[in-house]
Amino acid sequence: MSVKERDPLTGHQTTGHEWNGITELNTPVPTAIWWFILVSHVYAVIAWILLPAWPGINDYTKGILGVDQRAQVERQVTDLRQSRAEWRGRIAALPVAEIRADPDLAGMVAEAGPALFGDNCAACHGISGRGGPGYPSLVDDAWLWGGDPEAVMETLRVGINSDHPDTRYAEMLAFDGLLSRDEIRIVADYVQSLSGLDTAAAPDRLAEGEEMFLDNCSSCHGEDATGNIDLGAPNLTDDHWIYGGDDKAIFTTILNGRQGWMPAWEDRLDTADRKLLTAYLEQLKEAAQ
Amino acid sequence: MIGWLKKLYYPIQAGHYRLEKHSIGLTIGIICAAMIGGFVEIAPLFTIDETVEDAPDMRLYTPLEQAGRDIYVREGCYACHSQMIRTLADEVDRYGPYSLAVESKYDHPMLWGSKRTGPDLARLGGKYSDDWHVAHLIDPRAVVPESVMPHYAFLADAPLDTASLPARLTALRRVGVPYSDAMIANADRDAAGQAQPDSDGADGVFDRYGDATQVRRFDGKAGRVTEMDALVAYLQILGKLTDAAHQMETAGMTPETEAAQ
Repeated sequence: MSVKERDPLTGHQTTGHEWNGITELNTPVPTAIWWFILVSHVYAVIAWILLPAWPGINDYTKGILGVDQRAQVERQVTDLRQSRAEWRGRIAALPVAEIRADPDLAGMVAEAGPALFGDNCAACHGISGRGGPGYPSLVDDAWLWGGDPEAVMETLRVGINSDHPDTRYAEMLAFDGLLSRDEIRIVADYVQSLSGLDTAAAPDRLAEGEEMFLDNCSSCHGEDATGNIDLGAPNLTDDHWIYGGDDKAIFTTILNGRQGWMPAWEDRLDTADRKLLTAYLEQLKEAAQ
Repeated sequence: MIGWLKKLYYPIQAGHYRLEKHSIGLTIGIICAAMIGGFVEIAPLFTIDETVEDAPDMRLYTPLEQAGRDIYVREGCYACHSQMIRTLADEVDRYGPYSLAVESKYDHPMLWGSKRTGPDLARLGGKYSDDWHVAHLIDPRAVVPESVMPHYAFLADAPLDTASLPARLTALRRVGVPYSDAMIANADRDAAGQAQPDSDGADGVFDRYGDATQVRRFDGKAGRVTEMDALVAYLQILGKLTDAAHQMETAGMTPETEAAQ
């Protein structure tokens, strides 16, 4: 086992190990690797000096550049907010009608609206605001709590049945037990007849349904069933249905009750964001028509 | 040109060459190298009290939320969703204040992640309704047409295993989560109570975990407690165990920015 043995073909030294006549070359480390070692050593020394590097007992070396990711991101976010402060301040201060009349601000709403709406509202109400089963459309003229900008702003701020102290609160009672299932079917037929949905119900059945409606439902939905936006009670005479207007859906709604839930956005979105969304909603409505 | 660097390493190379031929010497060398690596990993833990922020308002996961967390891990949600908002301006702009270490204080294992096929979930709690979460888990495309998330409809029919919760909480206490004896003893009752607001069990949840605890029918159905209840309860508490991150954000803001808000 001679370490000094040379391989006749390549001229390299061998390691001196031999397995059935096969020997291992002891090739030197390639120069490229040495360069790599040199560059990474130099980089490490520079980085130790400039950047936070070595841990101490209670602290660490901060580096002469004073880089601090938290301070950095706070500065960037502050800059970002500063750069938007001017137009966002105007949006927060002006009424929606004036925002829509101002071409600059309307442009900002059109630009920032889709991202804000897409991230926060579209999950339930859909990207174009048309809603879906269980989630109301925002682009029709049927509103539970009022569709003028002030009402929409307030709903965005406090939510519906949310954990906000000023939340809008509404609950459709479950009539399971209060009315028999047959009675619920009769009321359901009457409710369908209100909006002109095709029902084959006999007139005396509808009269019975109307009587039960007046006894049980009219305190919230009104005697003429057109709803009450102060109570968040929907209009039952139009053709807008959040949970569906077919027999089964109305039966389920009366039997089990309904209680929609919209988050309060006061903590997540500031006044300018909520005003911007309200203005963007007007643009969505226009697009839907 | 680089020969001087090679020469610098000759003594090390020569020493190593000799060391490789002595099995005990090599073993001791390997142990020493591993010790250095271990020390670098362990040493920062000695000063963890000084490097991790303090959050006196930090609350524990309730048994139901912890069960939901276990389902989150079991179903591999972490493979597509991270739970850590990085210290980057665009992340803070979209998701809210960046995540603090203290917010993961009771997470075993932590689920920070770095893969985002779906969005980050660190500040998800309270953003959407329970109904939405249920509808979305049953069929993601019903509410988000462009979603590529698999559906988890079976969770709505799977009864939650609450019997093992005392043992799971005990395991968490061993690794430092301060569950009390009463919390552990009542873990299965509390899990059921949190999803059944009208039951006697709900009072115990408020007693042990605070009045701000969310007690609801998370899956929208009365009766038995399902895995859907647990997972939705967990999703609705994400980012809401402590307010520390929001307080820090407010403290870091300049007066002008606050005025602009």
